[in-house]
Amino acid sequence: MIKTTMILSKENKKTVEIDVAPNGKPLKYQDLNDKIHEIIQNGYERLILNNVCGQRFIAASLQGDFEIIINGIPGNDLGVFMDGPKIIVNGNCEDQMGNTMNDGFIIVDGDGGDVIGLSARGGKIYVKKDVGYRVGIHIKEYEHQYPIIIIGGTAGDFLGEYMAGGLIITLGLKFLPDGTIIENSHSICGGELGTGIHRGKIILRTEENLESKLGVGAKLFKLMEETKKEIEPYIKEFCEIFNIPFDLIGKKPLQVVKPISKRPFGGNYCGQYI
Amino acid sequence: MSLSHIFPTYFKIEIDRDLCKKCKRCTNHCSYGALSFNGERIVAEDDKCVACQRCVTMCPGKAIRVVRNESYLPPHGNYTRRIRNIIWAQSGNGGVLLSATGNDRPIRSIFDDLLLDACQVTNPAIDPLRETIETKVFFGRRPNKLDFSMDEGDPSKVSLKTEFYPHFEIDMPIMVGHMSLGSISYNACMAIYQASKELNILAGSGEGGLHPDFYEYGPNIISEVASGRFGVDINYLHNVAGLEIKIGQGAKPGHGGHLPGEKVNTLISQTRMIPKGSDALSPYPHHDIYSIEDLAQLIAALKEATRYKVPVGVKIAAVHNSAPIAVGIVRGGADFLTLDGFRGGTGAAPRIIRDHAGIPIELAIASVDQRLRDEGLRDEITLVAGGSIRYSADLIKAIALGADVGMCCLPVLIAMGCRMCQQCFRGLCSWGIATQNEYLVKRLDIDVARNRIINLFHSWNEELKEVLGAMGIDSVESLRSNRDRLRYIGPNPRIAEILGVKHAGE
Repeated sequence: MIKTTMILSKENKKTVEIDVAPNGKPLKYQDLNDKIHEIIQNGYERLILNNVCGQRFIAASLQGDFEIIINGIPGNDLGVFMDGPKIIVNGNCEDQMGNTMNDGFIIVDGDGGDVIGLSARGGKIYVKKDVGYRVGIHIKEYEHQYPIIIIGGTAGDFLGEYMAGGLIITLGLKFLPDGTIIENSHSICGGELGTGIHRGKIILRTEENLESKLGVGAKLFKLMEETKKEIEPYIKEFCEIFNIPFDLIGKKPLQVVKPISKRPFGGNYCGQYI
Repeated sequence: MSLSHIFPTYFKIEIDRDLCKKCKRCTNHCSYGALSFNGERIVAEDDKCVACQRCVTMCPGKAIRVVRNESYLPPHGNYTRRIRNIIWAQSGNGGVLLSATGNDRPIRSIFDDLLLDACQVTNPAIDPLRETIETKVFFGRRPNKLDFSMDEGDPSKVSLKTEFYPHFEIDMPIMVGHMSLGSISYNACMAIYQASKELNILAGSGEGGLHPDFYEYGPNIISEVASGRFGVDINYLHNVAGLEIKIGQGAKPGHGGHLPGEKVNTLISQTRMIPKGSDALSPYPHHDIYSIEDLAQLIAALKEATRYKVPVGVKIAAVHNSAPIAVGIVRGGADFLTLDGFRGGTGAAPRIIRDHAGIPIELAIASVDQRLRDEGLRDEITLVAGGSIRYSADLIKAIALGADVGMCCLPVLIAMGCRMCQQCFRGLCSWGIATQNEYLVKRLDIDVARNRIINLFHSWNEELKEVLGAMGIDSVESLRSNRDRLRYIGPNPRIAEILGVKHAGE
């Protein structure tokens, strides 16, 4: 179970609850988003969506300090272009969650799909279990904005591809149905790790030799004290939200993947007088 | 001296020593380092000259001329000067050669092989000076037909049932193509946006966001959502007339973008929302688009994000199978479709792709237009076409072949002062257009540039009216896809067949 108190603001917010499949008939995404906008206009600050089943674009481009709790499985592009709100998903997620997100906080108590956080510029995405391919592709950073993706389980190929800033952490844990947490026996990530990375860093909690998995422009580094200090609060927060004993994290080393250069492909091209 | 410095230069800088006052103005103006002063006289280095003509223009004594310098190269009809230069450059640098502007190969232009019809005797011409000829265009998705509901009690009460999609009006069928702040300077962007507002035409933002200074011109700007998603946030999405998902660019189909870190100064950093000095890499594909269904999803996401208030379109490069892709795009929900032909421009693209990939825009317009008509979709969307619309004649022919709006960039740059030295990717533009160097950018006077763009398009529009009048057509919308008003005089009848245009004399 998620500790929602960790995430949601404690004061009593004006809350409303919606059944997204009234009489067993799921709402279309257009109608659902219309409802969400109407609810915000009516001054509500927190929304609980029940029976969500594959509706896409939930919370698209929403701004401000709004909170959404989703019970069910949201469809692709959850929180696309979002700028501020918090979303808790009690279930799994489909692809492209947090696509081009500017700011906000998405917490998934389950698995995530592919291409999570595509081109996100800010905000946080915490996924309790495993995620698919191309997670954190082309996430960026800008001034005070710094996107953070933490994955409790393992990731697929192309983790942190084209990464242009921010932070990705993969913990490699496995959550059994009875609530016990063990080390995941699967590999922490797939191949082409951080290929094309030119800023930011990927932290992987594993003893595996990742050398052969590195993509173009990515390089393994030892965890420096400075980085450890920087990431610890986020890992602590993740552990508290998902009830993971923090001591468990220290049982395996953290490896760091960073770019070789800020200009991985700079030398490929040349000008000339024709 | 290394071998790479031995091959002959294209240009020769001639300085008339009698006229030269040694004021050194030329040395300040040459941003390519070809001119310097050695304490006694101006020294010219021909191998650095790109013939941008800045020194020639600025010399108060008219003492400088840049002339051709290729007379002594042994001639060869197959290994042309150009091919030899490419080999010399590659063997010296060992990298992928960059290039700018559009395809410069002397490939026959199909536009030039088309002739326009005019009225004689049986259908009267219209005098555009005295009668109204409409050049307005509606931009966005349109319903195929209108449904009305009648009040049963009172038959005189009729109300419109059809729901309209977001669309807007522009005064000329012209769009300034997508050139980002980054590829061109702040002053150049400002001049283009101001001119577009004044003329009520459209301008593209290019990939890389919209600087907050340009938000006031938003109602005339189509902004791009490209694979890098640079500068894309809610303000950007909400402050523009239309949104365009950039899949491809005519000059570099299948290729991404790459703004080198050294160009990312404070201004570009603010616009693209990336740290200063950081490379801006646009991946080759959109990583959330691998199919028409995925594209439809991004279209829907953008519509959701903007609450269905702005048209959302898709831009593709004209490639071999453009027509079926276009159908997919329209069925996927796009409100407009932009086609960019193989001659389309660029600030930086690999020469191999710029010069050899894609198909001519004339053929792409005709095949896409025909396919959309066959599927009953043509009238629902706006088709924008670009890729070397050089002057009004090309614009008129593009419209007659099936485009609603013609898109162009280079004519705008040339109007502002560009001499087409084709070195945009070096960021040293001596005319202050394709550069981010503040010293150089200042050279471009926004007011002068704006007025020149306004003049240019005003004259295009007047010429369009002249042609429409001569054809006896009173609205540009009636010229669109009106291929019967074109005739082909080129060497290849198969082209005429694909264009759906009869041969001259038929």
